[in-house]
Amino acid sequence: MWTFLQQLSSPPYFYQLAGRLIPWLAWPCLAFLISGLYYGLWVAPIDYQQGHSYRIMFVHVPAAWMSLFIYMVMAISGGIALIWHMKLAEVIAASSAPIGASFTFLALATGALWGKPMWGTWWAWDARLTSELILLFLYLGIIALNSAIEDKRTASRASAVLGLVGIINIPIIHYSVIWWNSLHQPPSITKFGAPSIHLSMLIPLLLMAVAFKFYYATVVLMRARCEILERERNSHWVGTLITPSQNS
Amino acid sequence: MNEFFQMGGYAFYVWTSYALTLLILIANWIIPLKQHQNLLRTLARKLRRKERDHVDPNP
Repeated sequence: MWTFLQQLSSPPYFYQLAGRLIPWLAWPCLAFLISGLYYGLWVAPIDYQQGHSYRIMFVHVPAAWMSLFIYMVMAISGGIALIWHMKLAEVIAASSAPIGASFTFLALATGALWGKPMWGTWWAWDARLTSELILLFLYLGIIALNSAIEDKRTASRASAVLGLVGIINIPIIHYSVIWWNSLHQPPSITKFGAPSIHLSMLIPLLLMAVAFKFYYATVVLMRARCEILERERNSHWVGTLITPSQNS
Repeated sequence: MNEFFQMGGYAFYVWTSYALTLLILIANWIIPLKQHQNLLRTLARKLRRKERDHVDPNP
């Protein structure tokens, strides 16, 4: 196990491994995405209260889950990078930030598009919405730190500290609908006991959630490969990687 | 079929949400793809230049 971890943290090995893994993650992603869209838009029945507008849930909820999940991945790999100075953890943290920011933006935007017809407003300054907006600002702060500091390793340390401090926001987002009176509905999947959602609506929701997980795995590896190439541009292995393309 | 596109009057909200989702998914996939191609190209060019500078053309 330890030797595997050591091998994995070697940039050239990880670069090759990620390249081989990407198609195995991308194709399941596409399959889950297409079936999720089919079940969500076509098969799932109309909601008796919200009509067809509830179908926004199938993209809104998985996007919001991803915004929290990616933040945790980013903050934890940032922490690992801080403690053990592992280059690979820095790379994963830096590559996750823009993807997490995208999903946070998507959760907020689809939330507004769902809020307008259902609540009569695009936006409300309530606990859930505001804490999710703060999450977006945390992501943007981390992206800004990463690009503002010239030295990549210093940048990673600075953004890791910000990421770890920002973890405090994650339970606040999750419990905001329980702690405060909110316009936003409480969670219907993760509460204890049986989920209060019908199976025909649960299936597309889970399909989309799995699709988004595979999607994140695919694109984070794609970004990580770029990040590694850039950081290791002067090393010998990158030189030998480039050389074959010279002859063509 | 027509009813499917109208989404019971919520067409604008539902379709904008799904369009936005697809846009973001595609963008986040294209960006690293292009970046990777560009990086390989720039690094190869740099390497060629370095090698050319090291070899004296007129010995």
